[in-house]
Amino acid sequence: MSISPHAAIILLILGPLTFAALAFLWPRYWRWFCFTLAPLQVGAVVKLALEVYASGPVRHHVGGWTAPLGIELRADGMAVVLLVITAGIGLAVMLYASRYFDPGPGQQSAEGARRQKYFWPLYFFLLASLNALFLSADIFNLYVTLELIGFSAVALVALAGKGPALTAALRYLLVSLAGSLFYLLGVVLTYGTYSTLDISLLASRVEPSFVTWVALGLMTGGLLMKAALFPLHFWLPPAHANAPSPVSALLSALVVKGAFCILLRLWFEAFASMVTPAAANFLGWLGVAAIIWGSIQALRQPRLKLLVAYSTVAQLGYLFLVFPLALSESSGFTAWSGCLLFLGAHACAKTAMFLTAGNILHAAGHDRIRDLDGITHVLPLSVFAFALAGISLVGLPPSGGFAGKWMLLNAGVSQGKWIWVTAILVGSLLAAAYIMRVLNHAFTRVPEPDIPNPIPPVMEWTGFTLALLAVVLGFFAQWPVELLRIGSPFVSVVQTVEMLP
Amino acid sequence: MTAHGLLLIGILLSSFVTGIIIFFLREESHAFRTRLNLAGAGVKLVLVAILIWEVYRHPGPLGTIRWTMLPGMDFALGADGTSILFVTLSAILWFLTTIYAVGYLEDSPHRSRFFGFFSFCVSATIGIALSANLVTFFIFYELLTVSTYPLLVHRGTAKAMQGGKVYLTYTLIGGAVLLLAVVWLQSLAGPVEFAEKGILSSLAESHGFELRIIFFLFIAAFGVKTALVPLHGWLPKAMIAPAPVSALLHAVAVVKAGAFGIIRIVYDVYGVQTASDLGLLHPLVILACFTILYGSLRALFQDELKKRLAYSTVSQVSYIVLGTAMLGPLAATGGLVHLVHQGIMKITLFFGAGNYAETLGVHHVSEMNGIGRKLPLTTISFSIGALGMIGLYPFAGYISKAYLKSGAIQAGEEWVTWVLLTSSLLNAGYFLPILYRAWFMKPPKEWPKERAFGRWETHWMLLVPPLVTAILVIYAGLFAETGFTPLAWVKLIAARESGP
Repeated sequence: MSISPHAAIILLILGPLTFAALAFLWPRYWRWFCFTLAPLQVGAVVKLALEVYASGPVRHHVGGWTAPLGIELRADGMAVVLLVITAGIGLAVMLYASRYFDPGPGQQSAEGARRQKYFWPLYFFLLASLNALFLSADIFNLYVTLELIGFSAVALVALAGKGPALTAALRYLLVSLAGSLFYLLGVVLTYGTYSTLDISLLASRVEPSFVTWVALGLMTGGLLMKAALFPLHFWLPPAHANAPSPVSALLSALVVKGAFCILLRLWFEAFASMVTPAAANFLGWLGVAAIIWGSIQALRQPRLKLLVAYSTVAQLGYLFLVFPLALSESSGFTAWSGCLLFLGAHACAKTAMFLTAGNILHAAGHDRIRDLDGITHVLPLSVFAFALAGISLVGLPPSGGFAGKWMLLNAGVSQGKWIWVTAILVGSLLAAAYIMRVLNHAFTRVPEPDIPNPIPPVMEWTGFTLALLAVVLGFFAQWPVELLRIGSPFVSVVQTVEMLP
Repeated sequence: MTAHGLLLIGILLSSFVTGIIIFFLREESHAFRTRLNLAGAGVKLVLVAILIWEVYRHPGPLGTIRWTMLPGMDFALGADGTSILFVTLSAILWFLTTIYAVGYLEDSPHRSRFFGFFSFCVSATIGIALSANLVTFFIFYELLTVSTYPLLVHRGTAKAMQGGKVYLTYTLIGGAVLLLAVVWLQSLAGPVEFAEKGILSSLAESHGFELRIIFFLFIAAFGVKTALVPLHGWLPKAMIAPAPVSALLHAVAVVKAGAFGIIRIVYDVYGVQTASDLGLLHPLVILACFTILYGSLRALFQDELKKRLAYSTVSQVSYIVLGTAMLGPLAATGGLVHLVHQGIMKITLFFGAGNYAETLGVHHVSEMNGIGRKLPLTTISFSIGALGMIGLYPFAGYISKAYLKSGAIQAGEEWVTWVLLTSSLLNAGYFLPILYRAWFMKPPKEWPKERAFGRWETHWMLLVPPLVTAILVIYAGLFAETGFTPLAWVKLIAARESGP
């Protein structure tokens, strides 16, 4: 394709936005919109990735206005990797959802039609806001995208339309609003002090001061609520477990990661000069607590989707180990890129898990873990997909989860930070324990179960493909790491390290 | 990609691809699945034969295949003399066990699943043998853990699930410890490639303390699968698996993977001289000796045949560790050759135990009176395996023990010869009563659960494999000093190691 990278950036935001409007106005034609947007989105992401890989970060000034006046968009390695993840997960969820709400001719219920009508506009809208978040280069823009993501995510949870889902959605809404408010206060304080919102300008102007600390603290606090870091995770399990399965996948794989990525931008770019080890360690400890608490809760859940949701709480904990580990001069990039690799692997594996959980829920009519004996007879491919996704979550080689953990471990060991190392290893074992709770039911011997609700093949294969991708991702981990190097805050350090023998 | 690279990939994929195809086969397509299995195993045998020839012709490791996964993490395959030992053992025994498993599992459910994971399991073993660096080794080591689990719990009974749980708990913790050791070593020495005489001699001075801790971690990690006491607890519990799985588990796959890991760490990572300089070998000798005696003692008191064999494995695999841990070419030869010898002897015994259970429903030693008259061919092969384990001439076990004994003297650890002697007596103590019962006592009027197989004493697919392995046991012992035996190959490795 011969579009310019600037056009690709615009397309990634305006494309889904336009289709959101179209899908709202003419819900009947959602299929057309899906299959038009998907190739456009994938094409734009690929174009942008190649461009960034070949000639470095791309900056785009909307309307030609430069910072500090105009809106600036920026595609560096990290942004591109996240856009690729979003496009991939988005595509898989789209394929899955195309049958999830629409089981086939004759089976369409009024309820399903209603959900479908609202799902697609919200889905496109969420994609647009996620893409905008990853491309934003100033902290106010980030606020806007955060709000947009929050609203569409809450509405998607409420789609289920049942009692517990509505309660969960309401709670999610309140947390999301509170988080945004804290974040916005921090933005206001920052702007008042430094008169700029641009991340790279901030990086050169920020100096440690009380007001700056309060600003960073407010923004971080708000983002921690949205990223569901322990102990602010309480809203996540009910929201993710009660939402329709494709929505659960989007929320666990992408939405919480959005807030986390803003944290990365703030701590390692805008405010990098004032981050202290004590503050970073604090986030690290919360991460450890999340790993332990989330895993233990996952071990105790009676329902499959709740187990998977608590697993998200635990896995998010790993991401926060990046803060203490990436402060090091020598292995900072290793930890940082390992964290993003882990994020990508988790996105694939968790999507696969929620999609297969959705299949099981649909086929068996329930998702009580202890009554899952014999589910392999019914859904062999889904159970296999769940197992493969589990391999990546546990961090067994050659999965992407393994590659991410390997890099985090490398950073931890070379810095002699044994606490984080132990947490990573123990967390893996706990993950194995809760995954095996489910998989054990695949091997117990039972008489042939009843004929269940049939599952369309595309719903089984999307989960399987993503799970397989998560498992072999480790073999190709070199590529994202190369891409992440471009425009990363660690570049100068990395080059000096490579020259060492 | 070089021709050698293609050969290595071919050896690896001949079972891996077979496994993938089998997963997608319908449960009912028995004939096709069997043909596919045997074809895969046959192709692998041929490729391994070519590989042996190539390694024989080229001194030094064969050209590797390399793929960078991450900065500092290469997926690398290669073949040296030590790999050949393990690859050949796996390829031959996989072929025989496949035949055995087809006969054993006739008319039982979930065969697609079984043979799919069975193939993955062997691929993992082959991958372990062909790994050219520590990271690749780790990848296949963990793949082995994962692919063995479904085989262990294949029966799906509560007891099987329990055994599987114990197995996973042990091996996953072992895997986590191994990962820590690998990462730690890499942070000191950079990416760890296997090399003759090791790669750490330059670090021994400056980082002696860390290297000792890391060595301890490695032994603890590999000790789980090797079933070194006190990490052996999972092995007797894993007995719940179907007989072909137990056979493969004890002879090739799991316990051998651990022992092979220890061999790699001592010889090709630390280097036996460096390990000795760091004072690491002597504790390992003591641990191995303790395991040898403990396993034999526990075996004495087991009435369940497979449990007795399991404790015997605990004891016998430590011979490999013992040989590795003693300085000098003779001990090394004894340890390495036992890697193969223990494999063919133990698999013969497990095939026999499987036949007793499948044909007559006999699971306990106390039920084996006169079984030699009922199943003569099975019992002859079982006896050959047992006598070999005791270390009698002219069976394979004799060769291993002879070299270990001379090796102990050469290494200046005379007391080890007493351990070996005691162990032989204990071996005799738990095997000879079985043979006595089988051959000289009166058979019962009725066997617990007899099945008729017509012309032969049992299904021919259950009968041929143990006979072949029994012949191998005699061949490896009787013709040990001739050209084409495990011993000859190990001597070739030793000559190349000590050469320029």
